[in-house]
Order: sequence, then C-alpha cells, then structure tokens
Amino acid sequence: MSEFRLPSLGADMKDATLREWFVEPGDTVTKGDSIAAVETDKGIIDIEVFESGTVKEILVQPDEKVPVGTVLATIRSGGKTQGHAEPRKAGVSEDKQAPPEDMPRALNIQPPPGGERKRISPAARKRARELSVDPENIVGTGPGGAVTLEDVASSAGPAAPTGTVAGTAEKQAEAAASSMRRAIAAAVVRSNREIPHYYLSTSIDLTPALTWLEQQNAERPLPLRLVYAILLLKAVAGALQKVPEMNGFFMDDAAQVKDDVHVGVAISLRSGGLLVPTLRDVHRKNPDELMAEFSDLVNRARSGHLRGSELQDATITVTSLGEQGVDTVFPIIYPPQLAIVGFGSIVERVRPVNRAPQVRRVINASLAADHRASDGHRGALFLAEIDRLLQEPERL
Amino acid sequence: MKTTYREAMRSALQEALQQDERVFLMGEDVGRYGGCYAVSKGLQEEFGEERIRDTPLSESAFVGAGIGAALGGMRPIVEVMTVNFSLLCLDQIVNNAATLRHMSGGQFSVPVVLRMTTGAGRQLAAQHSHSLECWYAHVPGLRVIAPGTLEDMRGMLRLALEDPDPVIIFEHNALYNREGELAEDSSITDIRRAAVRRNGSDVSLICYGGNLHKTLDAAEQLAEGGIDAEVVDLRSLRPLDDETILASVRKTHRAVLIDEGWRSGSLAGEIGMRIAEQAFYDLDAPLARVCSAEVPIPYAAHLEHAALPQVDTIVEKVREVMGQNV
Repeated sequence: MSEFRLPSLGADMKDATLREWFVEPGDTVTKGDSIAAVETDKGIIDIEVFESGTVKEILVQPDEKVPVGTVLATIRSGGKTQGHAEPRKAGVSEDKQAPPEDMPRALNIQPPPGGERKRISPAARKRARELSVDPENIVGTGPGGAVTLEDVASSAGPAAPTGTVAGTAEKQAEAAASSMRRAIAAAVVRSNREIPHYYLSTSIDLTPALTWLEQQNAERPLPLRLVYAILLLKAVAGALQKVPEMNGFFMDDAAQVKDDVHVGVAISLRSGGLLVPTLRDVHRKNPDELMAEFSDLVNRARSGHLRGSELQDATITVTSLGEQGVDTVFPIIYPPQLAIVGFGSIVERVRPVNRAPQVRRVINASLAADHRASDGHRGALFLAEIDRLLQEPERL
Repeated sequence: MKTTYREAMRSALQEALQQDERVFLMGEDVGRYGGCYAVSKGLQEEFGEERIRDTPLSESAFVGAGIGAALGGMRPIVEVMTVNFSLLCLDQIVNNAATLRHMSGGQFSVPVVLRMTTGAGRQLAAQHSHSLECWYAHVPGLRVIAPGTLEDMRGMLRLALEDPDPVIIFEHNALYNREGELAEDSSITDIRRAAVRRNGSDVSLICYGGNLHKTLDAAEQLAEGGIDAEVVDLRSLRPLDDETILASVRKTHRAVLIDEGWRSGSLAGEIGMRIAEQAFYDLDAPLARVCSAEVPIPYAAHLEHAALPQVDTIVEKVREVMGQNV
C-alpha cells in the first residue's frame, strides 16, 4: 500500500486546499492519472498519482487546507498488500497475496450485505461522473439492487443533466478565475517585495530568422509549421549556455544556478489571467519537438487540462506580448527564478544594413534579472548572445 | 426453397464434388450407409467409391490420411462422426494439421476440411453428445466454424474449401431434421464475421450453432415481456469476431452468453473475458452465461433436457441480468 501525498508543485509552495476528488475508494488508478484537484497560490491544479492500484481510503476532504507532504489518500498497489496497515487473518503468511476479501467480488447476483461497497454498474458510474451526479445516493433497480444507467438517467431528471453540468462548470470557472487572480497577486507581490530587479532592453533584427522560418514553413504541411516563438525560446536557451547565471533559483539567500533549461512560457488565457507551463530541456530539443510540445501545452492550458507536474520546475520564464502590439515588455521575475525575458511585437523599422538604410523586421528583447545573482554586464552579454543566435536561425 | 439442414449440407457436398475434382469425402459409413446422420445418402451412387470413401474405424488413420491428401494437393472433406470421437485424432489435428504451415516456414498448407457433428438433445448418451468445440477453438492454426442457419449450412462448406488452412465445421446434430426456407442468395454466408440475427437494444444474447434457434425463441418470449434482446450468431468460433460482439454489447450494455459446452473453461468464458477487457465501462450489468450442466450428458430424456441450455433457462437468466426478479 502506498500513500498519496500532496506534492510540492513549485519550489515556493507550502500548502494547498483540496478542491475535488476525481476518484473514490475502490476506483482503479493508473500511474499518471489526475486523481484530485488542489488549489495552490498558482491556481487550481490537477495532481497525478505516481503508482497504479486501487484507491483505498480518502483522508482529506474537499475544502481542507493541508501542508505539502500531507497524506491525501492511500492507494493499494497492484493487488498486493504490504506493510502493517492491512489487518491480517491468523494463518495467512506474510508474503501471501491479498487475502480473499481484497479480491474482486464475484458477480453473483445477490443483494449486497451491509457494509459492502454499493453496487453501481461500470457504465452507470461513468455516466454519473459525466453528469456530476453522486451515484451513491441513487436507488438501484438493477440486478442485486445495482444502480444502472437508467437509474442514473432518471435520478438526474430530464432537464437536470445539462443544467447541473452547466451550473457546476460555471461555478468552477468562476472559482478558478478568482483563485488564479489571487495566485498571480501573491507571486508578483512577493517578486516586487523581495527581488531587486534590473532591466535591460535591446532591439534585435529578426529579418534573417523570419526569412528562414518562412522558407521552412513553405515546405511544411500546416500542422508541422513552426511559429517564431520557438526560435526565440531556442535562442534564450542557447544564450543561457553562455551566461548560465540567469538560469535557476534564488533560495536561502543564494543563487542556485541550474544546468538544465526548463522554460516557463507565459500563456494568457482568453478568460483572463495567465498560466506558466514549463517546456522542459529546451536546450536539448530541436525546434520540431519544441513546436509539438508547445502547441500541446497552449491547447491544454487554455482548456484547463494542465497537469501539476507541468507547472513545476521552470528555471527561467519567457513572456511574449507580440500579439498585443507593444514594443517592449518590462517583465516581473517569477519567484524564485533568477530572470525573465520579454519580447514585444515584431515591427518594421528602417535600419542601416551595410551603411544603407533598409526596412527590417525588428523585435525588442528585454531582460529583468535578479541583481542579487547577476550584474548588468552579464545581463547585457546574455541579450547580445540572444541577438547573435537569432542571426543564424538555421543553427538553432 | 423449403429444405432441411441435412439436405442443405448434402447439396453443399454435391456442389463441391461436382465443381472440383480434387474434392472427395471420407469417413466412417459415409458411403454405402449414407452417413450416420444420412447427410451423404446417395452420394456414393452419384460419385463412386473413389470419391465417397468408407474408412476403417480409426479416426487417427483417416484424419491423418486426409491431412496427407491435403498436403498432396487434394481438397479432402473428412467426416468425423461426432466430436467425441475426434479425440482419437486430436494428435493429427492439433500436432499436424494446425502446425504444418508454421513448422514449414509457410511452405506447406493443409487445406483439409473436417466435418464433425456436435451437441446433445437426441438421447445419444454421454459418448456421443458433448460439445467440445472450444477445445479446437483454443488451437492456433485452425479455423473453427459453426453454421446456425440453413444458409450457413449450405454455404460454409464452399468457403471452408477455399481456405488454404484446416477448417473444422461443427454441425449440431439437432439441426439436421430442422426444416426451413433457404434463401436463394448464397452470398450472405460468411465464415469470418459474426452475424446479428435479431436487432435489439436491451441485452446482447451471444450464441452459435445449435443454440441459435433456442436463443431466437427466447428473444421472442422476452419481447413479450418488454425486453428487447439482440441475438449475435458467432459463426466463427476461432477466430472470434470481437468487433461485432463488442459493437453489440456497447449498444445494449448487457450480455448473456449461450454455450452448450460445460461452463468451466468454456468459449462463453473466453467471450465474457474479452467483453470485460474491452467494454468494461460499457457494462450496465454483470455478464452472465447459460451453459450445460457440468455432468456427462445424460441419456434419460428429462435429465438430458435439464442439462442443456433451454429457452426457459435463457429467458430466466436474461431477466435476472435485466434486474427483473424471477
């Protein structure tokens, strides 16, 4: 048996409020399933189970606030029992498989004796979840008093299903929006209070990168086309190889510089607010891999289906406000990271090229970095390296 | 055309013998006596002793000879009087017919067709009445089919002969005397896909061969009680047509399997497991099955009747699954 604990969903997370269970005792879970939603100061996040098995007991109820590491539920792994928590019958040797009462019950058609798990057909259970109806409260008319599909349908009532779902979804969306606003507020307040930012900005000629990109995309089918943000991300990851002190965390009064580059990508949501999911190992992946992961993350961020693990571990953040038509972003560091890079819109500007004026496509890159960890000189080198890398897009 | 299952098989044999000179029939008493169930009556007069061959009473010898003839380029149809007797040639079928394509790296095929009678219901007692189809359905390298309709009894033999690998046709002995209208269109027969014989929305009744009519009758009775049952005729016992089975169960959310084999280790058990594996979340009731009682099939008529799946036991099981107290 294993314990399902509240994971740390970020270096700075101390506690969270349990909002919803997606499973109940007796349900089978597979490693990687999202089985609960918790609200942290980053918003409502689905958390995954890291072991396959059966949910034995749920220990924390919705709306309870608990510290990181708290046991939320116990999971009985793969049919075996271990440890001391399981009562044993005399005569059953310790290394035996699960005792008989743990085995799936035979489907004999008898009314359930008291204390047994309520009989709900698999199809009815699934339908009840879709309708947000609690099948435990439904009177079953199936074999052995089991709750059937029809029982779920009639208990939901003719109009209720859609109404219930819409109502719940709306309420959840509202709750999520307000909690996200609070989460953003907590993060930026902490950032401005604790982190002495310094800001640098430079304008980069993006014409070679965009020309290369357009040539690439002309040969690609629509789903495989790259967006220019991928090149920016690759350039940031590349520049960090030269100026690593922008990559990592400031914790316990010291900078912890990291080798691996996990980039938090700020994604604004159409409903307001923003999420910063992580693209991992950006320095090791090619643009095609990044593109596939990036579009998947954006889609799921906007549909509210990110996993908790995808909001963790970013070592630097990139924010691009290109679509909003601003020239320059003055970003705020996402604590406890060391830096954040901002990109404005691509604009056409007259620039000298080989001593002659030319119309070029230009983007402003800006850096906000933690002055406790680095100085402006290194920051300037970092931006210059991004510029240099973007002039040779084919090598990114 | 009005005909019986016996005549349908006889005319299928006749047609095969007429159309392909490599085809011949052999088995115990198939020639002068006309077959133990009179299926081949008259064929020896028509086709001669060379092509309708009476064999010694040695299943191992004549099934082995059939496998050899198939390897040699012939298209033998070997009749084994009942599946019970086929245990004497299990070695030829399982160790030779089913394996040779594999063991020769695909160089040899064994296009033999084995016809066996199966099933109970005619007071033939325990040594002639068992349903051992699932023993063969267990074996890779064999195709196992069971006609349940007149059209399949008439059409499956041709398709079996076209198959380059060994095919076993199980003919339920209770069907031979059954009379019905044979459809003109022979293209409706298929030995690869199961067939939905009755559409319904409440429960899937999955059956084959000799139990098809019992199941259809049960479905009619259930309809009077307001239960709309779908009837799936497997036709092929190996390989099983999962697609058709699952499509039906996903529609009705319930399944009752009807199988004249004994319950333990039955084909019904295999099908139930496949449903559990692939359609668990579509199920709205426990799976259930109606099988034969786990006894040697009795001789006494009332005991034999009690040991086999019957219309009323099917109806009762379905009502149970539907949550109707009976």
